[in-house]
Amino acid sequence: MMNLLETNIKKEQEKAQEYIKKQGLRVLVCAGTGCLACGAREVIEKFQELGASVNVMTDEDKVTTVPTGCHGFCEQGVLVSIPDLNTTYVKVKAEDVEEIFNSHIKEGKPVERLLYVDPATGKKALHTNDINFYAKQTRAALANCGKINPESLEEALAVRAYEALAKVLTENEPDKVIDEVEHSGLRGRGGGGFPTGKKWRSVARYKGGKSYVICNGDEGDPGAFMDRSVMEDDPHKLLEGMAIAAFAIGADEGYIYVRAEYPLAIERLKLAIKEATERHFLGDNIMGTDFSFKIHIKEGAGAFVCGESSALIASIEGERGMPRPKNIHMAEKGLFKRPTLLNNVETFANIPLIILNGAEWFSSMGTASSKGTKTFALTGEVNNNGLIEIPMNTTLREIIFDIGGGIRNGKKFKAVQLGGPSGGCLTEKHLDMPMDYDMLKKEGAMVGSGGLVVMNEDTCIVEVARFFMNFTQHESCGKCTPCREGTKNMLAILNKIVEGRGTMEDLDTLEELAEVVKESSLCGLGKSAPNPVLSTLKYFRDEYIAHIRDKKCPAGVCTALTTYTINQEKCKGCSKCARNCPVGAIDGVIKSPYKIDQSKCIKCGACMKGCAFGAIELS
Amino acid sequence: MTKCTVKVDFEKINEILKSYNYEKSSLITILQKVQEIYKFLPEDAITYIGEHIEGLSPATVYGVATFYAQFSLEPKGKYEIKVCDGTACHVRGSSAVLTAIKEKLNLENGKYTTSDGLFSLEIVNCLGACALAPAIVINGKVHAKMTPEAVSVIIDTLTKNESE
Ligand SMILES: Cc1cc2nc3c(=O)[nH]c(=O)nc-3n(C[C@H](O)[C@H](O)[C@H](O)COP(=O)(O)O)c2cc1C
Ligand code: SF4
Ligand code: SF4
Ligand code: SF4
Ligand code: FES
Ligand code: FES
Repeated sequence: MMNLLETNIKKEQEKAQEYIKKQGLRVLVCAGTGCLACGAREVIEKFQELGASVNVMTDEDKVTTVPTGCHGFCEQGVLVSIPDLNTTYVKVKAEDVEEIFNSHIKEGKPVERLLYVDPATGKKALHTNDINFYAKQTRAALANCGKINPESLEEALAVRAYEALAKVLTENEPDKVIDEVEHSGLRGRGGGGFPTGKKWRSVARYKGGKSYVICNGDEGDPGAFMDRSVMEDDPHKLLEGMAIAAFAIGADEGYIYVRAEYPLAIERLKLAIKEATERHFLGDNIMGTDFSFKIHIKEGAGAFVCGESSALIASIEGERGMPRPKNIHMAEKGLFKRPTLLNNVETFANIPLIILNGAEWFSSMGTASSKGTKTFALTGEVNNNGLIEIPMNTTLREIIFDIGGGIRNGKKFKAVQLGGPSGGCLTEKHLDMPMDYDMLKKEGAMVGSGGLVVMNEDTCIVEVARFFMNFTQHESCGKCTPCREGTKNMLAILNKIVEGRGTMEDLDTLEELAEVVKESSLCGLGKSAPNPVLSTLKYFRDEYIAHIRDKKCPAGVCTALTTYTINQEKCKGCSKCARNCPVGAIDGVIKSPYKIDQSKCIKCGACMKGCAFGAIELS
Repeated sequence: MTKCTVKVDFEKINEILKSYNYEKSSLITILQKVQEIYKFLPEDAITYIGEHIEGLSPATVYGVATFYAQFSLEPKGKYEIKVCDGTACHVRGSSAVLTAIKEKLNLENGKYTTSDGLFSLEIVNCLGACALAPAIVINGKVHAKMTPEAVSVIIDTLTKNESE
């Protein structure tokens, strides 16, 4: 049975699809942050210029340039994808555009030199689905990212935006929406993995007065950008997910808290809210019903701890973003002391899909306890860096070696860091583990928000642990002593170790401190801060010991434990290094080999950088 | 540190306060708007805001301003360089890029703005361009896959443009 509401959205959809059809051949040029940095603006202009010059007889003859959001394969930017020709071009520059246009679009001959080359096989990917990076993914939450112009509501409607909202408003049974979300098995994508349906139900219990829906778009994990992609590339999906949540729990006002470093996301969301409100998909009396829902944007101001739920609420209220004790549940008293539902961006983005495709569709993917798909920011020393989405039963090996194309420059895999400053490092022996919330947690890592940083043999694990501790120590809000002082002490010890002044007792102290900080900190930041140290101590203890006992950094990263020497055979005696050295540690006679006085050397590396003969070596 | 003297246009600040109804809960947004004008938060502006929003004082406003990394109590350079030291950038060599910038601009020991006021340097956690690590941003423009050499060229170009 279809009522007026659903008929109307179908009509809007048909109109939007007609609008897309009229565009003829769609050339999708990525205008995401990465590609913009690589010159996407110029590529788009060039395509538009050439597109306008085509002799158009019918709509089908037309060529339309569509600036889209991130295609996910940012490392290969600027990406240009032409779905009708099943081709994706990589590393496109403005000067390549004419050739693509004349050769491929006009004459049907692909431009081979701009195709993606598989790093493992050396084969060119003639078709988009020949690119392993894409072929092995399942894109659901990110399905529209890179496929539509995020600044056009029409394009979003063509790919079924607001259809799920129309469906739940038609059925008008909020509790059934919560049932559906619960049955899907969706768990929060913001890091904790709390069952989403259960959370909704706990807030819906206080229905009646004013309630709020908040979207956490703080994305604080340094090295992750999945939420950014949803906000920038498919904003209507997020807005629709929030509206459905608001309907289910009985809220009429919402906030999206976006981190300050994402100006483009803020701009796109504002535009999307404006357009959706004008067409009555948001605002008062949505689609003619008596359901109303308004969304505001709140810009964060650069504090990691504000991603934590109670700190985020303090920040929206205009205060310092400090966590509050959790004895009062925010389901009952959250924002402005009213019942509040807080979910992550990706969590909301999954909602319209679950409503449209059904809970079974969602729960058919993944593992027993982790359903559906998850996005990850695959970065570090893998060949294919970018944004991916995979069913949650995908293993680390499939991610790193199939989708990621293996380790770059023929180096060896060493470790993978998951979950950022709250997560941990896993090793070779975990490669066949699926991305399951509970399994990863048991091994000392976590799904987290989805940062996945791959490291090779040249990465010093102790230095990575120090890096994360430095981050959390810096971001600790200082409200409670265990976190404030504990992270400071842990950092001091790690600094000592990387500087070669560590003792074996320091390792025990580190572990003891880690326990205290974990057990007695007030909020999640402190509670999880020791994780990167604990997991590396567990799997890479040898490396800590090498720094302490042998005063060596096996990866050659820690400057205090490295020595610069001049290879006496290669040195031509040009004296450049001696002139470059800021402390006068190098001496010699012109035209005979020079020498470094190790007692004076401060290991700045200036000499090595300057030597034209590669005579200076680091060990 | 040299104390900065900037003439604060209180009328402008008042306009901002008015557009947010002098609301306490809009304090962060208000500070962001003020920083947009001056590129930092002048002390006089902080005091003024603290005195004009009910329930706040200059001290609480100061507390909020110092809590968030985005706010600067010191003037920024004409070119604001943000170097990402997020995880992805860190494992791919952001430290070397950072050292190169500091060396190039003669910034050391907690000094983050050049004496001529042309450049300022800030370390940020992630710019969301992780696949193009290491990344830096200069006045809003992202520069991808940086190396010490590349960043040195960029700074030279900017300096040269200025002297012309
Ligand atoms: C220090 C800290 C930082 C956090 N940062 C984020 C974040 O950036 N984004 C996010 O969605 N959740 C973050 N969380 C988790 C949130 O507190 C909260 O659990 C989550 O947003 C709930 O949404 P979900 O159930 O959909 O995952 C953080 C938690 C802590 C303790
Ligand atoms: S654990 Fe750390 S961040 Fe959390 S409240 Fe305590 S001091 Fe602040
Ligand atoms: S710069 Fe290289 S070649 Fe020249 S003196 Fe130094 S080590 Fe020898
Ligand atoms: S590393 Fe630096 S201090 Fe040491 S010899 Fe080379 S230039 Fe001199
Ligand atoms: S920004 Fe273009 S592919 Fe990600
Ligand atoms: S870690 Fe540098 S841009 Fe994300």
